[in-house]
This record gives sequence, structure tokens and C-alpha cells, in this order.
Amino acid sequence: MARATDIRSAPTDLARGAVAFHVHGLTKIYRSGEVDVAALRGVELDIFESEVLVLLGPSGSGKSTFLNILGGLDRPSAGDVLFRDHHLTTMSERELTRYRRDHVGFVFQFYNLIPSLTAKENVALVTEIASRPMTPSDALAIVGLEDRQNHFPAQLSGGEQQRVAIARAIAKRPEILLCDEPTGALDSPTGVIVLQAIERINAELGTTSVIITHNVAIADMGDRVASFANGRIAGVVKNAARQPAKSLKW
Amino acid sequence: MRALDRKLLRDLWHVKGQALAIAAVIACGVAIVVMTYGAMISLRETRDAYYERYRFADVFSQLRRAPLRVAAQVSEIPGVAAAAARITYYAALDIPSLDRPASALLVSLPDEGEPRLNRLALREGRMPMRGRDELVMSENMAQALGDHTGAHLSVLLNGRKRDFTVVGIALSPEFIYTLPPGQLMADDKAFGVLWMPRRILEAAYDLDGAFNDISLSLSPGASEPEVIRRLDNLLARYGGTAAYGRADQMSNAYVDQELDQLRTVALVIPPVFLAVAAFLINMVLSRLIDTERESIGLLKSFGYSNGEVGRHYLKFSLVITAAGVVAGIAAGLWLGRWMTGMYQDYFRFPFLEYRMDPAVFSMAVLLSLLAAALGTWTAVLRAVRLAPATAMQPPAPAIYRRTLLDRMGLDRIASMPTQMILRHIERWPLRAALTICGSAMAVMLLVGLFFFFDAIDELVDSFYFRANRQDVVIGLVDRRGERARFDIAHLSGVRGAEPVLEVPARLSHGHVSQRLGISGLRSGTRYRAFYDLAGRAFTLPQEGIVLSNKLAGLLQVQGGDAVDVDVLEGARRHARLRVSAIAMEHVGLSAYMDQRALWRLTGEPHAITAIQALLDRAVQERLLKRLKDIPAVATVSTRQQAISALRETMAKSMTIVIDFYIGLGAIIAFGVIYNAARISLSERGRELASLRVLGFTGGEVTYILLGELALLVLAALPIGCALGYGLAWLMASAMETKLFRVPFIILPATYGIAMGIVLISAAASALVVGRRISRLDLIAVLKTRE
Ligand SMILES: Nc1ncnc2c1ncn2[C@@H]1O[C@H](COP(=O)(O)OP(=O)(O)OP(=O)(O)O)[C@@H](O)[C@H]1O
Ligand SMILES: [Mg+2]
Repeated sequence: MARATDIRSAPTDLARGAVAFHVHGLTKIYRSGEVDVAALRGVELDIFESEVLVLLGPSGSGKSTFLNILGGLDRPSAGDVLFRDHHLTTMSERELTRYRRDHVGFVFQFYNLIPSLTAKENVALVTEIASRPMTPSDALAIVGLEDRQNHFPAQLSGGEQQRVAIARAIAKRPEILLCDEPTGALDSPTGVIVLQAIERINAELGTTSVIITHNVAIADMGDRVASFANGRIAGVVKNAARQPAKSLKW
Repeated sequence: MRALDRKLLRDLWHVKGQALAIAAVIACGVAIVVMTYGAMISLRETRDAYYERYRFADVFSQLRRAPLRVAAQVSEIPGVAAAAARITYYAALDIPSLDRPASALLVSLPDEGEPRLNRLALREGRMPMRGRDELVMSENMAQALGDHTGAHLSVLLNGRKRDFTVVGIALSPEFIYTLPPGQLMADDKAFGVLWMPRRILEAAYDLDGAFNDISLSLSPGASEPEVIRRLDNLLARYGGTAAYGRADQMSNAYVDQELDQLRTVALVIPPVFLAVAAFLINMVLSRLIDTERESIGLLKSFGYSNGEVGRHYLKFSLVITAAGVVAGIAAGLWLGRWMTGMYQDYFRFPFLEYRMDPAVFSMAVLLSLLAAALGTWTAVLRAVRLAPATAMQPPAPAIYRRTLLDRMGLDRIASMPTQMILRHIERWPLRAALTICGSAMAVMLLVGLFFFFDAIDELVDSFYFRANRQDVVIGLVDRRGERARFDIAHLSGVRGAEPVLEVPARLSHGHVSQRLGISGLRSGTRYRAFYDLAGRAFTLPQEGIVLSNKLAGLLQVQGGDAVDVDVLEGARRHARLRVSAIAMEHVGLSAYMDQRALWRLTGEPHAITAIQALLDRAVQERLLKRLKDIPAVATVSTRQQAISALRETMAKSMTIVIDFYIGLGAIIAFGVIYNAARISLSERGRELASLRVLGFTGGEVTYILLGELALLVLAALPIGCALGYGLAWLMASAMETKLFRVPFIILPATYGIAMGIVLISAAASALVVGRRISRLDLIAVLKTRE
């Protein structure tokens, strides 16, 4: 493969900064019963420090699987993921746990708040084990929920719950922020608030952010957009200019 | 407080009903351990302290008559620390307020100072003064008769009536439990112990400068069998019956037996409770972890380690266990104190030390932790093993198939809800099996405990009605000839009378031997029935000796074997007798011979020690009063009185304990069924709410949930009965002692009551859960993501 001509590792990108993730030949095969499902079939990609990368692609193309492996939630069947100098693929269970604890923030499509904990406590769950977190209240203020701190998830709307989930993800000041369809269930104004929070954390802390979405409009806020198809990356497009989240509409 | 701990508390609060039920079951197990061990330890410590402070003797012997200098020789035997010689006799009492003859064991007190051994614990009054007709009465009799110091009592001293003043009321380590000779049950009104100055007994029984009873204490390290052998040798010339140690001392043997039985209860019952608790914890925790797959994945994705996640769920069961343990210890201490106090009615101690060994607490805690660990282990392991990524995906929808019953054409007969029930059971066979298992355990426990009532009934029935047919046994003051029988037989109201001879003897076979009284019965006796091990009646053979099955087992003999018989009184003859039959008996070690054969053996023809008689019911009362005036009569025990005494004791001790266990059984049943119902409800809330939305009535929806439960509980009943049969068998064999065998019999009604209690518990939990179903918040249920 002619690496030099491949946009995926073009010198112009490298110029933006160091590589956070170097992904090579990443393959994931699910064995369920007699059928093997190949979710990833050799993904090649570099993700740069402090960039916002948007992942697009049809349902079932392997985006979530990819994100889970980046976040150390899952292991590939073959291939390699290099995070800075560390091979995620050879890390022990304990090392992966450390990696998640110290570096990664997650946002999920279905909020995944713990129902028996209040908004503030859901955030505290993460700040308690982080090394240099902000206070739960500050994190909630970033997403505009400072006055809903003591509400339980059941007392919050879907959008509010997702904002709590964002606050929870950014509260530890993560170096990597992984968001799986963070606005999937939200209307456009609420979605924008969520995206603004991601944008802000990226700007202020230089957090490398990967956002999965089905919403092409959101692609505009990324530095680059990678398209998944059938377990591979079909192409990577570099946006000439990032659009602020505030200007997005769908 | 950390957020994770807060989650724990809220989760616990959410399942508080279930958590409480589990804690209650654990508390029950712990309470039984603490209660029984507490009672056992207290009883043992009290007994030991009592024996030591009041110098309970180690070896005892009765003899016909020996000069006092022999007592000095006895104390020379190597290994003997002290010897106390005295005079003891059984004597009739005249108690006008009593409807039957009463008797007492008279025990001499030294002229000077306290007895060297077996000292009295004065409860009231003082010791008798020299030269006065004063005595000290045993507390059991004084309380039963309502007597206090100052009361008067007529005693028939060697046939002559003499009036005494009761100046003291006392206890003795020798008589913690007092049993009239030849009886199964205490009869405190009609039998007691009286201590009086030696001079009075000396004069009355013509034992000047002599004694007929001696007790010894051993020096540390002395060999009891060796001392007994030398003592027997020394006393043989003076008509000594074989000496015996504490193990054969009646009162001590009863206390030991009680301690053994307490230990059995402490060993058999608590594990059952703790197993149920383990099972419940597992049921609830597994379910919790299933519903929390997502949260677990989430925690892991934040970087919580497996250890932290595992600990979180471990804490969940630890909090419940800790609550159960604390409640159990508190309840156990209280119950143990109460139970120990109850022994005061039964065993007589001058003081009762309620003691608790801290080791028991540690043991209770350890056992509960073990149960909790067993219950938690697999569930927590599942949480730990859950890969963070898979935890983030909802579990695949449960796969339902057409069930076996469907294929058999059930879908055409059964309604839709009924089909849902059956499919749900078939879909989750393990969970259904666990619910059945839990309910079956409750039935098992109840059958295993209720069985004791049946056993007691059987005991009474076999001993007092089938085996012994006489209405009254009249003990004679001395070995009158057969004449005494004529005197009694000719009283009006006596429908028949037979003489009985009881001879103390030692039976040996190989290395084993046993002291007991051989009963000589008239050939062809009408009052005593014998049944062989197969339950067939047989008549007492004219030759050889009949052993009760417990005795045969102890001596390891079978019908046809020969045993060595050493008569322990009179000419102390020896004989080798053939075991002519083995008789089935639940209580006691006994041996029977034809009276003539026994006379030949002892060389004392026509000697008899008691008379058994059939009475005319109508005149029984009057007749018993007449018996009181016959000087030859020492004791009278009627069947009626013995049975009511037995029942009263049982009512006092057993029933309360068993009521307590019934409560526990009900708690288990409730705990299991309530938990199963709640779990079902939380699992299927969505499904049930959807059905309501689709237009099913509340009743139909309730039926789907509770119908399944009812089906499982019904399936559990026969299994529980079968297991209960096993537990009863285990209890019966564990409770078996040297003297006592619990008959193994379970009446159909017992199964019925056990099942009834479980059904009521099931109905109660159904009611509680049913109310929740009717209040199901349709919108809330449908909104939450499952
Ligand atoms: N645990 C699993 N077992 C079997 N197959 C799986 C599993 N998880 C994912 N897959 C399969 O892997 C493929 C990729 O799944 P993935 O969730 O990564 O897709 P996606 O791009 O995130 O889709 P969507 O946009 O719908 O979220 C799909 O075909 C899916 O069915
Ligand atoms: Mg996805």
C-alpha cells in the first residue's frame, strides 16, 4: 500500500500534531453459534492528538465495534491498536482498566445513567476514581444542568440525561473522548447543547474526540470524517474548516 | 459517602422487602446457633460449677450394711480423695392433700457439720438440729406441694409413722433431676428427697454405727474403673451392689442427655437455614446482576476494575448478612437466656449462670458468611466476568419455543395466559427449579420438626398402652414375699394383680457391659406385651432372657447369643443366659425374665419388689387413698398420672421450642416465595404492563404471574414432604441416646399441616405481590429501558 499517497496518514495531517491512535489491520469477528460475523475487516487509521474525528457509516458497518476497541472495552480478533506508545491489543485486563480509568471518557447513545444515583452522583462515580477531575458541579455546569444536580435520571428528559452523560464523560478531563451516537435520540437544539460541550472540552483541554453519528450535518464539526462500510474504512475526508456546533441544524 | 456506596444503599432500599426476608432467614439460623449453644454452654458451665462448689461425688455404691470403719478403708483405696458414708432408704409419706401415695428417698446427714460430698444448697431455712424431728425437703417437692419451712410431714420410717417439721428446703447436685424409682417421668408431688439427721435413720433402720450407701470423690488422675473394681471387692461382703460412676448416676445422666440433644439441634437445624439463606441471596443477587448488566459495563468502561465491581456486589450481600447476623445474635441471646431459664423448671440448680462463649458468635458469623459467600459467589463471578462491551448491549431477547405441552395440543385447550405460564416455566427451567427447591425446603423443615409430636404420641402409645397394660405399679418398701400381692389383690376395686421382681444386675457380652434392673414377670403375664422387631407380639419365654432392642444393640447381641449376668445383690450369683428374644422398645435399656427363672437365679424364691394391677376406673380414686394406708406400699404410680406428667413436661419444653421453629419455617416459606414473586414481577413487569395496555384485565395479568408461582409451589409440596421424611429420619437418628430412641413415625396429618403452613405463607406473599401488580404504573414501566 502506498502509504505516502494515502490521505489517512498524509503529512499535512501529521503536521497538525502527534498520532494518538495508530490502528493497523484491525479485525473483529464475532462467533455466535455456527455463523461468524465479521464486524471489522482490517481497519487502517491514524487518529491525531486533539482532533475531532467523526465516524459515519450505515448501520452494522462496525462503528461501535471500532469505538469499543479504541476505548479498551473490547479486544480485536486480529490487528493492532497503538495508543501513543502502548499496544492496546496486548494489554492485560488490569492494564486496560487503568487505561480506561486514566485516559478515556465515554458517551453512549442511550445515556446509560445509573438509575439509582442522582445526576451529581452519576458524575461523582467517575470523578472519584480519576486523578485530576473537575468537581461534579462544574462538569454539570458545562452542560447547563447546575440546577438539576440532585435529580434522579427518571426525573430528567432524554436530552437532559444525555447531558449528564456528557458531563460524566468530561468531568475527569479525559485525553480521549469517545461518543457513540451522542445525539441519536435528541432533537436539534438539545443535540447542539451536547455537541457544544464536546467542542468546548476539545478546545479547552485538547481532548482527542471520536464521534459516531448517522447525522451527516454533524460531520461538519469534525476536523476529519471517516466513513465506515462493511467493516472497513471507505474513505477519510478532511474538512476545510470546522463548523462550530452552534451553527449546526437538522 | 462514595457514589458507589450510595448506589448500594439505594439498591438495597429498592429490594428492601426481599433483603429483609433474606436477613430474617439468616437471623433465624444465627439465632438457633446462639440460642442452643448459649443454653448448652450455660447448662454445662452451671452444672460444672455446681458440681464443684457442692462437691458432687464421682463414684457411688449402695450396700446392705457395713460398719462405719469400712468407710475408712474405702478412703484408703488409691485414687480416692474423699469418701462419705451415709444411710439412704425409700420410704412412704403420708400427705393428706394428695390423692395418691407419696414417697421419698431418705438421706442421712452427718451429726456434725456438712456432708463431705454431695453438699446441700439450702434455699430456705436451716439444717436440722440434733435431737429434734426435723428434716430438709428437696425443692422440687416443696414447690409442687406448696410447702415452706415450718410445714409438717409424716414419714413412714421402717413402717412406723413419725412426724417431722420441715426446717429447710434444699437442692443437691445429686438430684438436679429427680425421678421416682422405676418411672419415666418426674412426679414432684409424689416423690422427693428428704434429708434428716443420721441418728434418726440409724435408730429406725437398725443401722447403729453402720451405713448402706457410700459416695467417693476421686483424686486427679485416678482411674475410675480401677477404683470401682477395688470398691466392689471391698464391699462385696457387705452386700454391696456394683458401684457406678457419674455416667450411670441418674440425675447426671439426664443432664448429659439433654446436653447431647441440644448439641444435635445446634448441629442439624442451623445449616438448613443457612443453606436456604445462601440460596435466597443467590436468587436475588443473580437477578440484580442480570438487570444491572449495563451499569456493570458502564462502571467497567469508566475504569472501575473487576475487583471494585465484584466488591460492590459482594457488599450487597454482606450488608444483608450483617443485618441478619446482628438481629440473629440479639434474638439468640434473648432466646438462649429464656431457654436456659426454662431449664429451671426441669433441672434444679441453685444458681444459673447464663454464659456465652464469644467463640459461638464467631462461629455464627463465620457460618453466615460462608452461606453468604456460597450464595454470592456465582452471581458476583458473573458480574466480574461480564465483558464491558457485551454488558453495554442489551441481552438478546429470550428465545421462546413451542413447549412440549404445546406440541401435545395444549394450545387448543389452555387459555392464552395459561400458555404464557407454561412457556415461561419451560423457558426458565432452572429458575423454576430453584423456586420449587426453596419452597420444598420450607415444607421439609416443617415436616422434620412436626414429626416430633408424632414421635411423642407414638412413644406414649407404645409404652403406656401397647406394652404396659397395668393401670398402676405399686412399689413395695422391701422384698415382701408374694403375700403382699394377696393383700393388694383383695382390695375392692382391684381387678387383677401380678407380682414383679426387679433385680439389679450387670449384663456383659464381650467387652461391653451394662448395669440395669432385670424385671422378673409372671409367666404368661397379662400386663406386659412384647413385640419383636417386626412388630409381632410374643409371650415372655420361660427360659433365657429378653432384651430391649437398645440394650441388645449396646451389648452387640442377637437372639440366641449368650450373655453373662451378674446379680448385684444378695448372693451375687453369676449365670450365662441365652437371649431368647429381642423386644422393640423406644425408651430405656431393659431386660426381662420369667419370674421363676429369676428367683432361681437370685436364690430368693418368692421375693417381689412391686405389684402391677388393673383397677376399676369407677373406684380408682378411693382405692388409691386406701393404698396410702398400707405400710408395705412405698410408691404408687398410675398410668394416668404418668401420661399427664409427660404431656405437661412436653408442653412446657418442646412445644415452645417447636412453635418457635414453626415460625421459622413460615419465614423461610415466605422468604422464598415472596422473593420468587418479586423477581418475577420485576422481570416481567414490562410484559405484564404491555398486556394491560393491550386490554388484558388486572385479574388476568395477576393470574399469569401468580398462577405460575402457585404451580411451582404445588409442585414443591410432594418434594418437600419426601425431603421432610429424610430430615425427620436424620433428626430421629441424631437424637438417639443410650437411653432413648425417638420413634420414627410421621402421620399423614403432619404432612398436611406442614403443607398448609407453606400454602398460607405462599398466599400471604401472593397477596403482597398481587397488590403491587394492581398498582403497576403502566407508563413508568414502559418508559424504562429493559
Ligand atoms: N456481540 C455480538 N455478537 C455477534 N455479532 C455482533 C455483536 N456485536 C456486533 N455484532 C455484529 O457486528 C456488526 C457490527 O456491529 P456494530 O455494532 O459495530 O455496528 P454499527 O456500525 O455500530 O451499527 P449501528 O449504526 O446500527 O449502531 C453487526 O453486523 C453486528 O450484528
Ligand atoms: Mg452502533
